[in-house]
Amino acid sequence: MTVVNNSVRNTARLAAAGLRALLVLTVICGVLYPLAVTGVAQAAFSEKANGSEVRSEGKVVGSSLLGQRYDKGHDKHGNPVPDLKFFQPRPSAGLGSNKDNGVNTRYDLQVSGATNLAASNTDLIKAVKERKHWVSVTYGVPEAKVPADAVTSSGSGLDPDVSPAYAQLQVDRVAKENHLDKAAVRRLVTGHTTGRVLGFMGEPRVNVLELNTALREMVQQKG
Amino acid sequence: MSPVLAGVLQLTALIAALALVYRPLGDHMAAVYSSPKHLRVEKVIYRCIGADPNAGMRWPAYLRSVLAFSAAGMLFLYLLQRLQGSLPLSLGFTSISPDQAFNTAASFVANTNWQSYSGEQAMGHVVQTAGLAVQNFVSAATGMAVAVALIRGFAGVRARARGGAADADGRTGDLGNFWTDLVRGVTRVLVPIAVIGAIVLVACGAIQNFSGIHGLGQFMGGTQQTNGGAVASQEVIKELGTNGGGYFNANSAHPFENPNGFTNLFEIFLILVIPFSLTRTFGRLIGNLRQGYAILAAMGIIWLGFTALMMWTEFAHGGPALQAAGAAMEGKENRFGIGGSAIFSVATTLTSTGAVDSFHSSFTAFGGGIQLLGMMLGEIAPGGVGSGLYGMLIMAIIAVFIAGLMVGRTPEYLGKKIGTREIKLAACYLLVTPTLVLGFTAASMVLPDALGSILNTKALGAGPHGFSEVLYAFTSGANNNGSAFGGLNANTPWYNTTIGLAMLLGRFLPMVFVLALAGSLAGQQPVPETAGTLRTEKPLFAGLLVGTILIISGLTYFPALALGPLAEGLS
Repeated sequence: MTVVNNSVRNTARLAAAGLRALLVLTVICGVLYPLAVTGVAQAAFSEKANGSEVRSEGKVVGSSLLGQRYDKGHDKHGNPVPDLKFFQPRPSAGLGSNKDNGVNTRYDLQVSGATNLAASNTDLIKAVKERKHWVSVTYGVPEAKVPADAVTSSGSGLDPDVSPAYAQLQVDRVAKENHLDKAAVRRLVTGHTTGRVLGFMGEPRVNVLELNTALREMVQQKG
Repeated sequence: MSPVLAGVLQLTALIAALALVYRPLGDHMAAVYSSPKHLRVEKVIYRCIGADPNAGMRWPAYLRSVLAFSAAGMLFLYLLQRLQGSLPLSLGFTSISPDQAFNTAASFVANTNWQSYSGEQAMGHVVQTAGLAVQNFVSAATGMAVAVALIRGFAGVRARARGGAADADGRTGDLGNFWTDLVRGVTRVLVPIAVIGAIVLVACGAIQNFSGIHGLGQFMGGTQQTNGGAVASQEVIKELGTNGGGYFNANSAHPFENPNGFTNLFEIFLILVIPFSLTRTFGRLIGNLRQGYAILAAMGIIWLGFTALMMWTEFAHGGPALQAAGAAMEGKENRFGIGGSAIFSVATTLTSTGAVDSFHSSFTAFGGGIQLLGMMLGEIAPGGVGSGLYGMLIMAIIAVFIAGLMVGRTPEYLGKKIGTREIKLAACYLLVTPTLVLGFTAASMVLPDALGSILNTKALGAGPHGFSEVLYAFTSGANNNGSAFGGLNANTPWYNTTIGLAMLLGRFLPMVFVLALAGSLAGQQPVPETAGTLRTEKPLFAGLLVGTILIISGLTYFPALALGPLAEGLS
């Protein structure tokens, strides 16, 4: 009987030690650590720590790190219609995690995620071919010239960038829609092209929000 | 510069950075786990716990402490989620359902970080910061503690993390003190690196605030709701502790978690730095650095080989949809590109991390196979923090045993005899995860409800990719990885429960065998080295070790791989 009592008492003592260890480490790692980091972050890098907001004419127009859509309303099926006055981002057909909650997130900031469609998935094959056709017709380029990022969804569904090739391919149409000089728009794209970090990390890219913000300012200055 | 060359340069820079910190970090960790001194803050912590930091523990006591601590963590995290609806700073999110709260608690306590929830839609500040992020620290520190206990089983008294009156002969079965190892891992290794890393990430654009859900003005007018949060501080420990649970659903593909090409490489570095450097710690504590280098070599060869294969298959972009697109960019971010995504995905699946910067289900079929095989090796190249090292040492024991059978000698490793008891424990360790993975996958294949969760039913040859989704889920869970072939809808009672069980059993059963083995070794008198002793610090042994790992995992899982990624890739 004493053996049983002892073992119960030992177990209880051990469980209490485990709980106390957890609580004290929760204070360190779950309260002090994040507060200290937040303090330093807000003091030294407040703009970045708060989401890298982009302003235009005194208004917040988004975050330079989060992609968004550039549409002019919806068609009769409820699908958004891209506003070709502006540079278009990558497709975003992120499905959350599954077909059952398969809302098309379309740059919905609170539903980040990828399509998770396999390379052999017939829906994905069809979507890629349709998008390729759309880009080719809309921008008047041969299908072979359409870059991969223009016809695929990103991992986050919020990719803020397009490849330089996809941005350059949109220049003529964007210039025409805005009655701007093609060369001036092309210079704008080149000026907003970011190379690899230190020349080798990541890939070259064009931030769509920053590009469109500069474009809109250009249009307004002209008009 | 071509993307391929840029990818190779990124890999080179990564290796250089890891090599640079290998010695200082490895030596630092060796000092941490063998110093007799306690910091003042640590003394306060031990007083709170009510534990004597200098008391030695034999393996049953060490194991009981590990389990008591993990059980407390599990219960606390479960209750925190169940009560979320009534907690402050919960951003209006409701309490999590019982099966999902069980799954998530098991997941984070087991260092897996499988997520059947979507971060920005379910978890408020308190659960994320005081619940999930805390387990990111302590589950990692627990893994390191168990690894150090195993090293002490080999090395005996020299490596014991305590001062005071020690028994001199090293045959007491003493493995050190779990509370000391746990606390030191947090205060002297994880927190200091995490603070620096978090500030680097914020400086590059990762967010760090408590602004909750707020409106963000949009270019075309109007606003969208977006989540603020303590992201950078959680991101860094998620990688450093090889945990992998993202603040956001998109994990490290989300720009707020991973803003540019540099942070991507930095996060890969954080994933790999402790697991690789622990081989130096091992060499230091064992008193023979070259033994550590042999283990490092075996880990490095597998990791580099897998990374090279992944880059090759992703740049080649096989599969009809990727062929039509012209590159394997589905599920990948422009700022990382194919090279950065390939390196990340191998690092995350060969460690027990499971964070993703690109979505594994949309990789080429062979790429998916490489990810699966990486986890099936048992997360040992370099593996999770601590768990990678002890998993690798188990494989080393198996390799020594096989070599011993070939020459007809009683096998020895690091001066200890590998007898019947040791080899039985090592074999039990090896059987745990395959049993869980193959058993649960097979069960899911015959349950209609379980099959209904598969996403890619419209694949060309729907079978193989759907099978891969389920196989991947259990492989990821039982090996404590946590990444997903995201197509599978895992938030169902069946998957929440079975994957939760796979994660818990896949984490703690192997720990039981490791600690029992450590106890058995610690009770042995060291045997002197003779001319016939297998030289385990030589390249020949590193090669034998790699061969053993590949053959054992290959034989175990080849039939399953043939039904999934191989069938898809070859069709």
